Amino acid sequence: MAEPTIDAGAGPVALRRSPLAHLAERMRAAAVTGARGVTLTEWPFLTMVNLRVAPASEAAARIEKTLRTPLPRECGRTTTSGPHTVAWLGPDEWLVLSQAESTAVTAELRAALGGDPGSVVDVSANRTTLELSGPAARQVLEKGCPLDLHPRSFAPGRAVSTTVGPVAVLLWQVDDTPTYRLFPRSSFADYLARWLLDAMSEYRGPVNVIEC
Amino acid sequence: MLLISCPWCGPRDETEYHYGGQAHVPYPETPADLTDEQWAEYVFYRDNPKGHFAERWMHSLGCRRWFNVLRDTVSYDVLAVYRLDEPRPELPTLRDLHQTAEAAGGNR
Ligand SMILES: [Zn+2]
Repeated sequence: MAEPTIDAGAGPVALRRSPLAHLAERMRAAAVTGARGVTLTEWPFLTMVNLRVAPASEAAARIEKTLRTPLPRECGRTTTSGPHTVAWLGPDEWLVLSQAESTAVTAELRAALGGDPGSVVDVSANRTTLELSGPAARQVLEKGCPLDLHPRSFAPGRAVSTTVGPVAVLLWQVDDTPTYRLFPRSSFADYLARWLLDAMSEYRGPVNVIEC
Repeated sequence: MLLISCPWCGPRDETEYHYGGQAHVPYPETPADLTDEQWAEYVFYRDNPKGHFAERWMHSLGCRRWFNVLRDTVSYDVLAVYRLDEPRPELPTLRDLHQTAEAAGGNR
């Protein structure tokens, strides 16, 4: 998934403020380059739709047709099609991340669900998106994430709900750089961003230990 | 720190979970007919065994699902993990193991 491309334009959309707008400058300034490089960026206002439906139902099949991709059936899996990436949240629950406009995605999925048991809720304002990228990104996360992020057990395309520091996040690895996207609840985003900025700061300094 | 295997997410640290007390405590079938004592029994009274104990846990920071754990309250070993729609697994207790060993003529 590339950078979100929603055009703010005029009206209420142009007036909204992202949960980390006040830290944008500090995140830019904290970027570290080189072999131990790591950067932190917010991608605000990404479309997120919470989806609950029985995985073996006809409604799930209709939703998969609408999304043009199967719903992942296992913890950690994601599926991607066009502007949408679907992350597994639970055995009957998913988060649809999309670059498409949120009301349109929600309406489409709700139509596909029809009157069947389940729910489709636009939760775009529930979380924000932090992107942590660079050769040192995994080491930064490992300071406070209980998961094994080593490539032998975590890889691009995997997304799991876990914690970073004390903050609950959905953690999604996007590529081998490695690049991670973290989805904290909006009210925890400020704390998490400051936690990450602090964890990143040591990589600016001179290397005085041998990395392995 | 306990390492508990969520039936859906696999092994995760205890800090991702919430404890939910004793498992297999059924809601009263005729709640309107219960005496105060029976209500108190249902709401407040729980077993406190030394050994195997079936209890509820919730993977609150992961998939947010409730499930059951069979845990040894002495060693803190997590002996089994099973979903709410699965029966409690039959595991030999220490006493069973001891008796089996005695029947086999060993462990005297
Ligand atoms: Zn779980």
